[in-house]
Amino acid sequence: MNTAYQIVVCGSIVPDPLQTLEPVTGPAGPALKNEMMLPAVLDPWASHALYEAANFAKHSAGSKVWLVSLGPKAKLQQVMMTVAQKVPFELIALDGPASGFTDAAEVAALLTEAIQSIPGLDKAKLLVFGGWESASRGAGATMQIVGERLGILDQFQGVDELKLNPDGSLEILERIEGGKHQVSRCVSPPALLGWATGNLPEPKNNPQVGMVNMRTAMPALQKAKPVKLAGESLTFKSVSLPKQLRETKIVKDKSADDIAREIVEWIRK
Amino acid sequence: MDVDIVCVGFGPATAGFLTTLSRQLLKADGTPAIESTVTPGMPPQILCYERADDLGFGVSGVVTRARGLRETFPDLDPKQIPMAALVAEEKVVYLLDPIGASRRSWTVRAADACLRAFKGLLPLKNDALELPWSPAFLHKTGGLVLSMGQFMQWVGAQIQSTGTVQIWLGTPVSEALIEDRNVVGVRLLDQGVDKQGKPGEGFMPGMDIHAALTVLGDGPVGPVGQQIDAQFGTPENHHSRDWAVGMKFVVDLPENTPLKPGTVLHTFGFPEPEIFGFFYVQPDRIASLGIFVPSWFDSPMRTSYRYLQHWMLHPYLWRYLEGSKLRSWGAKTLGESGRRGEPHLAGNGYARIGEGSGSTNVLTGSGIDEAWTTGTQLAESVLELLKAGKAFTKENLEQSYVSRRRTSWLESEARVAEKSRDGFQKGFVRGMVGMALAGLTNGRLALNGEPVPPYQRIPTLEEYYRGRISPEEIDQLGKECRIKGVSLHSALMQRCGWPAIPYDGKLLVSHQDALLLGGKVQAPPGYADHVVFLYPELCQKCGTKICIELCSGQAIAPGQGGVPAFDREKCVHCGACYWNCSQSVPGNPERMNIAFRAGTGGLHSAEN
Repeated sequence: MNTAYQIVVCGSIVPDPLQTLEPVTGPAGPALKNEMMLPAVLDPWASHALYEAANFAKHSAGSKVWLVSLGPKAKLQQVMMTVAQKVPFELIALDGPASGFTDAAEVAALLTEAIQSIPGLDKAKLLVFGGWESASRGAGATMQIVGERLGILDQFQGVDELKLNPDGSLEILERIEGGKHQVSRCVSPPALLGWATGNLPEPKNNPQVGMVNMRTAMPALQKAKPVKLAGESLTFKSVSLPKQLRETKIVKDKSADDIAREIVEWIRK
Repeated sequence: MDVDIVCVGFGPATAGFLTTLSRQLLKADGTPAIESTVTPGMPPQILCYERADDLGFGVSGVVTRARGLRETFPDLDPKQIPMAALVAEEKVVYLLDPIGASRRSWTVRAADACLRAFKGLLPLKNDALELPWSPAFLHKTGGLVLSMGQFMQWVGAQIQSTGTVQIWLGTPVSEALIEDRNVVGVRLLDQGVDKQGKPGEGFMPGMDIHAALTVLGDGPVGPVGQQIDAQFGTPENHHSRDWAVGMKFVVDLPENTPLKPGTVLHTFGFPEPEIFGFFYVQPDRIASLGIFVPSWFDSPMRTSYRYLQHWMLHPYLWRYLEGSKLRSWGAKTLGESGRRGEPHLAGNGYARIGEGSGSTNVLTGSGIDEAWTTGTQLAESVLELLKAGKAFTKENLEQSYVSRRRTSWLESEARVAEKSRDGFQKGFVRGMVGMALAGLTNGRLALNGEPVPPYQRIPTLEEYYRGRISPEEIDQLGKECRIKGVSLHSALMQRCGWPAIPYDGKLLVSHQDALLLGGKVQAPPGYADHVVFLYPELCQKCGTKICIELCSGQAIAPGQGGVPAFDREKCVHCGACYWNCSQSVPGNPERMNIAFRAGTGGLHSAEN
């Protein structure tokens, strides 16, 4: 039974969700105001996928994790200085836009090409991970298209758990309606998993992991392939922020029921 | 883990150090110009650990002459750096009190009355006087207006792209490793602990990083700097008793703003005479503005946030700010003792740079350029020692780094500034005269006034409000605020005539909204509280609880049994509580009752 997997995580960067995001229309179409000034983080959905990948690899001897990441090189480099301390992986960097206003199919094509360029890639061992959606590319289509382009038929979206069965098959929990999970069994790789939040906490910063990762991450960043997204097949009619009303209140030591009750009252007002 | 050089904190000084160093570690063909002692065949292994979660979180906007920056970047083009502009116009403005609530001495009141009486003859408009002349030492002609956050992101990306330096974010250094009076590296902060630091789920003890040289650039409230001072002492008669809280907003100005990028306004006189203001206009209608509340503003109710709002509402400024929108908010404290606060700059295995090394020039109000230059000077010295194969001993570092610093403009200008602010110890007017004297005579003359520690200078509430609010009423208001779990300053200021802030939800927002919308403050779980009340019994008997009133993030609130409660999730790591505690600990008159230790989180904005 082979349990040495090649796990490729697709994870790009997004503006730190804490920042104030303001869409503007520029000469090249919609963009975020001052996007290059905004601090970036690894897409939260992809982060879960990366941590799950590392955890799965840790328990499957001989496995290896790659992180394929598309974004402006300088921003990627900065984000790696946070992410690289978390879990071991080898970076494959693509130097290109990380805006939310990109075509999922185009992005998927680039990611697929990058995955296919991994030396020694063996589809019989391949697990492709990613977020089931993205904090900036909310279409939730990118990973599906990556899977299709790679010819992976077994795809799972909204994944919260992956287990290795004694017979070598994979047991996967996918989110479905009503707060329930659907349990699937996948006989063997290749498979594509679009992760929801998973169950793992954010790993602690480990300086040694960071040092090991940077031995490959820095060269990968230095030779990051510049890529372009033409955006020709996509037209945005308009972009705007959802209307919002904000009222700040900080409470602690209150039960979830009480908080929910207060929110309902506030909405009804 | 063994490396060659480890840096603590990535501020402007460390950025200057790493920029200079990283340029000379590789030959043109990519081979090492200098070889690592821990990884033979490789260039020196250089790591920098930074507490904040990203580059440039937690530093502040600035106007600088940029002398040191331009020495490093001779072709520096402000257009390369977001939010940077050349200084175009500078004004120093005296703000009168349009409300009547400001606490002004009789000399200031008399001056105000004269100004108002002769307003037909003076350029007095919008309750403000634009000074027709200001001394050259205050000017930043030819300099730059910068967002330090954006500058640090810009320079950090360049340093890391060399591939010779790693800057690890969100990784606080807990302490220096000291063996036989030699600093041999640092220990990182424990992870997976509870608020008290007890190991919990996922406990990961802080790793030891051994290095031949530890570079301390952790700022004026850095825990490693504090530890080194405690361990090795400070030079005779040196102390850090002068400081200020700087609090700022970054705003989008209205579309029809008449202010041009590069405009610099400095204000004084309002909301209290001792509080100075700054207003820097950046490209794309962005402005950084805020106030400094200095240590010698002897009020037990020294709230920066409320005063900042009153300052913005001054008619002189509000005509520019009305219709503006908050983008970012932040606060930090500044060590303002200058050369008098300088610690031992080097020892066996360590060197100190930046603000924590006493580099800030308190006369010219300049710190970034000076901090950067200390970093570049250390880098030149380190390269010199590495190339000569010399060890990082106290003697070698003093002969190279310290002597470089002593013979540079940093030292000569710091000496001019050394006593320039002493006059403020005895009053605002005397302080302004003292500054002018020192500045105009190149430091030959100054008005005296020895800075004293906070517990010797902060009056009780009853003393401060004598004649304005009775002790009984103060007591009653205090009880009401404790029940509500809020600070007292708003109630007392309102009682003294400060009007309520007309919140508009855009620029005039509550302190909590500034924290969340502007500062985006965060704290990851699994770390201990970094603010600790050392002797709870001292807190219980403390009448002023100034730590609650001045807390920049409302992270310190009334707590049970009279001991304040600290909420790590709201802390912006400004360090105001550390400087300002009014209780000294038994046996050490220079040490106050609040410990400010290594911690994570804080501001999540790179625009400050």
